Amino acid sequence: MAVTSATDATEAQSAPILPLAVRDLVLRFGDVTVLDGLSLDLGASGCTMVMGPNGSGKSLLLKLLHGLTQPTAGQILWGRHAAAEITARQALVFQKPVLLRRSVVDNIDFVLKARGKDRAQRDVLLDHVGLAHKADQPARLLSGGEAQRLALARALSTDPEVMFLDEPTASLDPASVLAIERIVNDARDRGVRIIFVTHDMGQARRMADDVVFLHGGRVAEHSPAPDFFPEPRCAAARDYLNGRIVV
Amino acid sequence: MALVLSGNADLLEIVALSLQVSLTATAIACLIGLPIGALVAIGRFPGRNAVLIVMNALMGLPPVVVGLLAYLHLSRSGPLGFLGLLYTPTAMIIAQTILIAPIVAALSRQVLEDLHAEYAEQFCSLCLTRFQTIQALLWDARYSLLTVGLAGFGRAVAEVGAVIIVGGNIDHLTRVMTTAIALETSKGDLALALALGIILLIIALGVNAAVQSVRMTAARQAYV
Repeated sequence: MAVTSATDATEAQSAPILPLAVRDLVLRFGDVTVLDGLSLDLGASGCTMVMGPNGSGKSLLLKLLHGLTQPTAGQILWGRHAAAEITARQALVFQKPVLLRRSVVDNIDFVLKARGKDRAQRDVLLDHVGLAHKADQPARLLSGGEAQRLALARALSTDPEVMFLDEPTASLDPASVLAIERIVNDARDRGVRIIFVTHDMGQARRMADDVVFLHGGRVAEHSPAPDFFPEPRCAAARDYLNGRIVV
Repeated sequence: MALVLSGNADLLEIVALSLQVSLTATAIACLIGLPIGALVAIGRFPGRNAVLIVMNALMGLPPVVVGLLAYLHLSRSGPLGFLGLLYTPTAMIIAQTILIAPIVAALSRQVLEDLHAEYAEQFCSLCLTRFQTIQALLWDARYSLLTVGLAGFGRAVAEVGAVIIVGGNIDHLTRVMTTAIALETSKGDLALALALGIILLIIALGVNAAVQSVRMTAARQAYV
């Protein structure tokens, strides 16, 4: 039995975790049903934009996929593994970056040390996100855009195979948005699977390979980006893209 | 005031012993209380609410009761009597540690729980172990925990009930500021009692000012 567990653990660290298959996912909080039988398949590469009105369960879907929240019912399979087994092979960037009360460089070092990784790569990462000149500054005094870039660098320092981004550019100025998009696109080009929640239509058009539109606790539409934006199939997505209020 | 400034050897000896006992007790109480506070802060286990109630209740431990319990354990017929610690500074340190460890644990638990609420999801995402989580919380809350340590030190240096029972207020051996103040007041030597009282206040003010200064510096760097 012990041998089997050790084998399982090793396999969980090395076996492919993509594609993703989600089946009949249900998430309830008391009487409130947030996700109601959601099913979804995602391929091994690219950038998936998750869109939908507020309260449609986008952020909670990310947390479920990342293994931070347990579903009420249903199944999430990353390759052959449950979400909670492979959390360490993924990274999540929150809408409001959670930065430690330390310097910029110490925020990166903390993760590298926790993961037993070589600290030499921190300088490369800080340079990559344009924060090398602020390495010794307190992280919590960074501007919103800089803080989010630090959160991205910290996420990338774990060498994730999948990176979830939960509205990372909300409330940021256009220059910061573009800087973050560049970092995310670089990660995608290096083979990191991106799953990105956004309300920003322009951003979705710029970055999406495919779009998952959530409505009513389900996937109302999942289409390749070139199909979704000109001609969404579901009425809710059409209304959403046309700027009508969708509830 | 002249006595305070005179550099009186007896006075200095009493002050030095007070600081030695209370600072040592505070350090040991922090070593015990901080990990307990951290474990309760991040732990979710059956009976946690009962533990919180007990921790909070222990903050109000009467010093004389602590002194009595320590006395019973350290006296020759007690379970720890063979150590021969009664009426020594070590016994006073033990009593003060018992008195302030719950304060450190309960206050640090609140500080660390608030911080953990902010960090929890990020730490889960990073798959930190419990030990790594506690390490990170203790470090990031270090400036707030200074205040917790200060509260413990304040309680220790100001208490008289416990140290007088287990220390015995022996001249040149276990006499500290509070026990000396009590003794000199009862003897009618108000000058020495007042001098010690002034020094006690100056120490309290000085330590508070130092901690406040550190916290303000940290706050400017958003480390609090």
